[in-house]
Amino acid sequence: MHSIPGRRLIMGLFLVFLLLPIYWLVNMSFKTNSEIVSTMTLWPHTPTLQHYKRIFTDESWYSGYINSLEYVVLNTIISISVALPAAYAFSRYRFLGDKHLFFWLLSNRMAPAAVYALPFFNLYSAIGLFDTPWAVALAHCIFNVPLAVWILEGFVSGVPREIDETAFLDGYSFPRFFIKILVPLIASGIGVAAFFCFMFSWVELLLARTLTSVQTKPIAAIMTRTVSAAGMDWGLLAAAGVLTIIPGALVIWFVRNYIARGFALGRV
Amino acid sequence: MDKTVNQKAWFLVLPVFLVVAFSAVLPLMTVVNYSMQDTFGNNQFFWNGVGWFKELLDPSTDLGGRFLASLGRNLFFSLVILAIEVPLGIVVALSMPREGWTVAACLVILALPLLIPWNVVGTIWQIFGRPDIGLLGYVLNAMGVDYNYVSNDFDAWVTVIVMDVWHWTSLVALLCYAGLKSIPEAYYQAAQIDGASRWAVFKAIQLPKMNRVLLIAVLLRFMDSFMIYTEPFVVTGGGPGNSTTFVSIELVKIALGQFDLGKAAALSLVYNLIILIVCWVFYTVMTNAGVERKVQAESGPAVEPKPSPGLKPVPALKPKEGVA
Repeated sequence: MHSIPGRRLIMGLFLVFLLLPIYWLVNMSFKTNSEIVSTMTLWPHTPTLQHYKRIFTDESWYSGYINSLEYVVLNTIISISVALPAAYAFSRYRFLGDKHLFFWLLSNRMAPAAVYALPFFNLYSAIGLFDTPWAVALAHCIFNVPLAVWILEGFVSGVPREIDETAFLDGYSFPRFFIKILVPLIASGIGVAAFFCFMFSWVELLLARTLTSVQTKPIAAIMTRTVSAAGMDWGLLAAAGVLTIIPGALVIWFVRNYIARGFALGRV
Repeated sequence: MDKTVNQKAWFLVLPVFLVVAFSAVLPLMTVVNYSMQDTFGNNQFFWNGVGWFKELLDPSTDLGGRFLASLGRNLFFSLVILAIEVPLGIVVALSMPREGWTVAACLVILALPLLIPWNVVGTIWQIFGRPDIGLLGYVLNAMGVDYNYVSNDFDAWVTVIVMDVWHWTSLVALLCYAGLKSIPEAYYQAAQIDGASRWAVFKAIQLPKMNRVLLIAVLLRFMDSFMIYTEPFVVTGGGPGNSTTFVSIELVKIALGQFDLGKAAALSLVYNLIILIVCWVFYTVMTNAGVERKVQAESGPAVEPKPSPGLKPVPALKPKEGVA
């Protein structure tokens, strides 16, 4: 009754469709460049770790990962900490302009990054944050904060209001109630929201590339360097690509039980 | 459960307001400022009024032609991927295993493409589709299909669309899966007793329950495909020629490539306005859907699933007030 006939076949085919291109990337990252260019092989015949070795030993390569992680973590912390109180307010109270504010937030989530690239460049240059992780972290807030508010609001609404009232009757002050009672109650929601902030900040490239130049180049920008006069360094590019998939795959594993609900933004 | 009116709640919202206003309002003001001016470099600006906007909306000029062409391409692209991804996502969600470790495994694999940086998604397909070193391109060419996304418009389009389907169908599927999970077992039992067909169950139980998440899915997919930049940029660079140049790519070309600030700013504003309007339409639809359900639930008696022989659509069990 629940599912459709032939579901195993459909699911299997779809998963193969999803995994095949990724497999090809992994496959290439273990090949030597001469093998990539000269022959078509379904698996590496002369497997090599040279590309990974190069990335892990060359500072200009691995610093890219550190830079990316730096602004992603910063952004996640900022987004969650400002979004939490707001989510509570949207879920519990009605106040002047609340609906407009919510729509305005939502519309920022939808704003194209290309529109903001240039003004951000001017803005962060003017206040001296250009080429620091802060610039990217703050810039990514434009789509992550609304998203975090949206997700957390759904989770806060799932907490019965009686809990708030009981806590206040017991003499809890608002901050104490917030930290001691509410936050533990929606811990899974915070996890999901953090996961989404991490994800969208991690995958974004345009702003991250525009707002950095030398010191804090994200890995995505460094990857473009594999194009050189001697042609593409395909193996190195593939290895760098594989390494960018790993953090996401790790994070996903931790929130796998909440993924579905999280993607529905906490409101199913 | 009605919300209480409390203006002090503004204090709780203030941090969000400040952070987002800093990142959104300030830059937007810069854009408005630029859009009215012309620059000849050296930070010299000249007042240009609404000149850029006039040019932008007039297809006979260079700027207008490029903008409208890329807008048309972008709309077509968004419609095509919605037409593919939404039905496919529903089918995949319906195909999810019911329980056991396979559920977690499927969820993780489904979510995997979503967590790959967009330029790497581009890289993956760039490699995968190449006739010389990519599996897809190689196999297609070996089968006698003359496939080359670098030189052929049609192939480039197919590549970009398949890439987007690969990248984002999972999002639709996961959303629908979340919607399906929230259907109480009793609905299915009632349908079984009534001897409802598989199709009737889908139409009367599953689809109405997925309504809400499908709206979110369509909204997110439309918006994200409408501002797509990185993936096609990496794969095709907007080419061959201009055939896969979408609005964002055109915008970045003008803004950061030619440094034509006035034109870029005018384009940005119009672009943003279109997105804002579409967003508002969706938002209103979503909010109204929520309110309607609430009214239905309050006026109608019990919302027990009582499938009549005709199996009327079952109203939602948990009406929720507010947005989305």
